[in-house]
Amino acid sequence: MAPLANYLVLAAILFALGVWGVLRNRNALIIFMCIELMLNAVNLTFMGFSAYLNDYSGQVFVFLIMAVAAAEVAVGLAIIVSIFRHKENVNVDEINVMKW
Amino acid sequence: MDYSLLIPEVVLFVWALVLLLYNASAKTENPRAIGLFALIGLVAAFVILWFVPDGSLFGKTFISDTYARGFKMIFLLAAIVTVIGSVDFASKHMKHTGEFYSLIMLCVTGMMFLASAGELISLYVALELSTISLYILAAFLKKDLKSTEAGLKYLILGAASSGILLYGLSLLYGLTGSTVLDEIGYRLFLNEGTTIAAVFAIVMFVAGFGFKLAAAPFHMWAPDVYEGAPTPVTAFLSVASKAAGLVAFVRLFFNSLLAIKPEWVVIVEIVAILAMVVGNVVALLQKNIKRMLAYSSIAQVGYVLVALSAGIDLSVTSMMIFLLAYLFANIGAFIVVIAFSNATGSDNIEDYSGLWKRKPSLAIVMTIYMLSLVGIPLTGGFIAKYFLFGAAVKEGLYTLVVIAILTSVISLFYYMNVVRIMMFRPAPSADKIALPWMIKLGLAISVIMVLLIGIWPGPFYAWGQLASTIFHF
Repeated sequence: MAPLANYLVLAAILFALGVWGVLRNRNALIIFMCIELMLNAVNLTFMGFSAYLNDYSGQVFVFLIMAVAAAEVAVGLAIIVSIFRHKENVNVDEINVMKW
Repeated sequence: MDYSLLIPEVVLFVWALVLLLYNASAKTENPRAIGLFALIGLVAAFVILWFVPDGSLFGKTFISDTYARGFKMIFLLAAIVTVIGSVDFASKHMKHTGEFYSLIMLCVTGMMFLASAGELISLYVALELSTISLYILAAFLKKDLKSTEAGLKYLILGAASSGILLYGLSLLYGLTGSTVLDEIGYRLFLNEGTTIAAVFAIVMFVAGFGFKLAAAPFHMWAPDVYEGAPTPVTAFLSVASKAAGLVAFVRLFFNSLLAIKPEWVVIVEIVAILAMVVGNVVALLQKNIKRMLAYSSIAQVGYVLVALSAGIDLSVTSMMIFLLAYLFANIGAFIVVIAFSNATGSDNIEDYSGLWKRKPSLAIVMTIYMLSLVGIPLTGGFIAKYFLFGAAVKEGLYTLVVIAILTSVISLFYYMNVVRIMMFRPAPSADKIALPWMIKLGLAISVIMVLLIGIWPGPFYAWGQLASTIFHF
């Protein structure tokens, strides 16, 4: 196995890319893809630690994260579709009926 | 293995599925009957909960102790009062009411599992069960642009924040090599001295849970979601989602991370100060009552964090009393908002003028809820604040308590502004407001409980103290 640090650094870079994408992108669908990237970075961290520690609960965690992420995306796409029916558009800058 | 520990959760889950199937098969729906059916399930689970013993299942994945059961009571009570107050709203504005109630019940099931979670995996899955149900509930009125927008905002920020929380969990797993909370606490205790990774994980936890609690600076979603979501959902969200964040936050921090308390106490204190200042100051500017209550809830969570940064058993006791008092005062206030907007179609604070002339009882109960949220003696809010700040004083956190009291004084202005407008402004029209009996019942329960906690706090204190006994400070 490659050293643990390689996995952790790669995961940290992916996670940072995901956060940057969530903050920077204006399209709701791309924001969703960036959130998936964050979750996959977490999965990679868990897998790295799990292999390093020789402990299986990290791998179980990864399966459940994937299942929950699928549920989250199903709900998310449904809400995006219903926004699209109102606006014909999924740009988050134009989703601004409410402001303080 | 004593599977009887799971009975309240199983009852709720099965009840939610039955409602869902009934809704899918029924030709015409009767919202009142469906609401009553949901109410029976919630009350049944609440009654069964009193008989559940202590114990744990599946290698401490599911723990039933006084702390978990205390929080389960809070979740169920929040759902019961919300459902009582929502029946009229649902029959007026909603289609598919069966789905609505079944989502509320699934959300409560998730929160109850969260209260019992003694392990990171079950903690995460239970948290997501409750929040994903809440995303759908926030966007439930799909013909209404505001509600859909609230759902999307909640979903994007919620999913991103649970990603951040998960990254923290993965670091904690890597540091300790275990996902069981007790085991993590034990191994952190053995590892003398903390690493930079532990501090990093703590920052992630505070950000992730700060979102669920709507504590500043992670509160951006709260005003929009509170305003846009259907009012019964806002009522439930404002109390239950906060309690759900707190139950996991406290178990994780006081059970597993107590060994490294000096590292996290400063971060929690900063978040507490920000939440109190931002919540109370911005609430002064609000014109919509749901937005005003959103900022007030941000401020209220700041008071809880003041007590939690003390990190003693009184912190947990006072948090339980606070949540109970806040539950009835806040959901009660939202039931008034539901009744008012059903009658007049408005959520603006200005439109409440002359409510005293149009429906004196509604104006009086709203005044009692506002007084409780400020923390005036003889109401539950006073007892809650007394113990919350008492916990902080006991540990010598005087700066925090001074800020908390000063910001409480600011909060007096916007809460009393509502009372002033209701009582002393002339009414725009002489139309009386009629109250359906379910709304009257919800209002009566909340007022009685708010006053009961304020006048006779003994049993509630004992109940809170029982919950704090599971932590070893």
